[in-house]
Amino acid sequence: MDTDTSDSGITTGTDGRDGALIRLDRVEKVFDVRRKTGFLRRERRRVRAVDSISFTVSRGEMVGYIGPNGAGKSTTIKMLTGILTPSGGHLRVAGIDPSRERTRLAQRIGVVFGQRTTLWWDLPLVDSYRLMHRMYRIPDARYAENLDRCVELLELGDLLDVPVRQLSLGQRMRGDIAAALLHDPEVLYLDEPTIGLDVVSKVRVREFLRDLNAERGTTVLLTTHDLSDIEQLCRRVMVIDHGRLMYDGPLTGLHEVGESERTLVVDLERELPPIDVGSARVVKVEGPRQWLAFPAAQSAAPLVARIAAAYPLVDLSVREPDIEAVISRMYAGKTTS
Amino acid sequence: MKGAGRLYAAVAAGGFRRYATYRVATAAGVFTNTVFGMILAYTYIALWDERPGLGGYDQAQAVTYVWVGQGLLSVVAVMGGGFEDELIERIRTGDIAIDLYRPADLQLWWLAADAGRAGFQLLGRGVLPMVLGGLVFRLALPGDAGTWAAFLGAVLLGVLVSFAIRYLVALAAFWFMDGAGVQQLAVLAGLFFSGMTLPLNVFPGALGELARVLPWSSLIQVPADVLLGERTGWALLRTYAFQAAWAAGLLALGRLIQSAATRRVVVQGG
Repeated sequence: MDTDTSDSGITTGTDGRDGALIRLDRVEKVFDVRRKTGFLRRERRRVRAVDSISFTVSRGEMVGYIGPNGAGKSTTIKMLTGILTPSGGHLRVAGIDPSRERTRLAQRIGVVFGQRTTLWWDLPLVDSYRLMHRMYRIPDARYAENLDRCVELLELGDLLDVPVRQLSLGQRMRGDIAAALLHDPEVLYLDEPTIGLDVVSKVRVREFLRDLNAERGTTVLLTTHDLSDIEQLCRRVMVIDHGRLMYDGPLTGLHEVGESERTLVVDLERELPPIDVGSARVVKVEGPRQWLAFPAAQSAAPLVARIAAAYPLVDLSVREPDIEAVISRMYAGKTTS
Repeated sequence: MKGAGRLYAAVAAGGFRRYATYRVATAAGVFTNTVFGMILAYTYIALWDERPGLGGYDQAQAVTYVWVGQGLLSVVAVMGGGFEDELIERIRTGDIAIDLYRPADLQLWWLAADAGRAGFQLLGRGVLPMVLGGLVFRLALPGDAGTWAAFLGAVLLGVLVSFAIRYLVALAAFWFMDGAGVQQLAVLAGLFFSGMTLPLNVFPGALGELARVLPWSSLIQVPADVLLGERTGWALLRTYAFQAAWAAGLLALGRLIQSAATRRVVVQGG
């Protein structure tokens, strides 16, 4: 047995409460990559895919894990499932060391890779579920109950007898999500679950995940390129780049870190020269309408008051920054330095 | 243990049903086996006319050998085309990562799937060419159930040996990103050393000795000899032991390489 209970008092990352289900403490993964540099000559290079990452995820949290391609997201997920062994640091999921006890951990986690499938390609969908039933040794009653629930909520009823290869991408993804949940995992890792899906399918998948988290308290760790997934599902977001954790906190706080700007759109009575009120700068003028940018962290109220006092104001609106822009600015800022 | 048994039984059942869905492919396979059986049978007849008693077989036994070979060709997957294509593809694309986090053993999983495939092909592609061959030619088939049962035992062990070889071939894809070269070599070796082209008994000298002790002889030559009544009593037990030893050794080697390979999996990333 391992000695997890002894170190559960140590707090790491941003959240050290006892409910921590996933705990990473200075976890690293280093790959040796060999590259051909000439005839018979090879060069060895060490790549730090994950560089001393620490965080904890509490039971019942729904966390977004984002970063550009090659940032180390998939490597982290693979370490969390036990497929990869960390080169250094300490890693626990539900008190289990993933790479040591991969099979025991498998009973407690569910994994969905958007671009890969766990389903049996040539056989009807339901056959894959029967296999999960046996593989995870799910008691018959619980299996039947979970299957019914997934079939209802993910609208799989008509698809159960269809061979997986005939399913559309959205249908297959719903099928895969159901397959990952039949054994009641405590944690669900989702790697790009909405990639390539149409809007309707995306909405359906998101709704399902939200309900799953709210009603069953399943902890969800979600990696995605689609930031609207994160906006709609996760209160907490972690940003990783070059193997390092760049940000860990609420979605709203990302704007401050990313030095993002909000936009105030002002309609004046008539065409006027650009407004000059100090803390905001005019980015665009189109007839009587002007666009002013100001730091997202700053309140819009004093700015509006100052404009109203000095200019003939007709109407105004505030636009929130686009996180996509925020994050790309964040990457650009850190990587060029 | 019981739970694991049910899992692999379910995997095997899936393997069976999977091949059962390809009805056209099965019919085409039966047709091809039958045509090839005809060509080979007439060739053997010509050969045994010239050299009666070649390899210790009379002409009827030689023709029977042809049809046993055609019947078993897909069962013991001499030309490949079993689970290994899929496994190689999963290794190449990185889908293998999914198989690794499952609470199931990789080798047993694929063995079960391949056993299901072999079961289907024995019924779907094994029986019919034999029957068709029997309608056209006089075959030296045994009349007693015991010999048939002994034959099935040898086929079962042959499938195990065949799986173990193909598992090694598939695992090579972890090192060579393109597994096709190794696969082709394995098919060539299989076609010759299984006794598919000519019975191994026919080969003289050292080559014959070598061919008869290599694992591939378990696939066709050994089951055919059992059916032809060439191995009975202690000889039958020795034959089973020969097949079982190859199966155990190659499966163990597969496990060893599998654990080395899974440590490597990672480097492909994705």
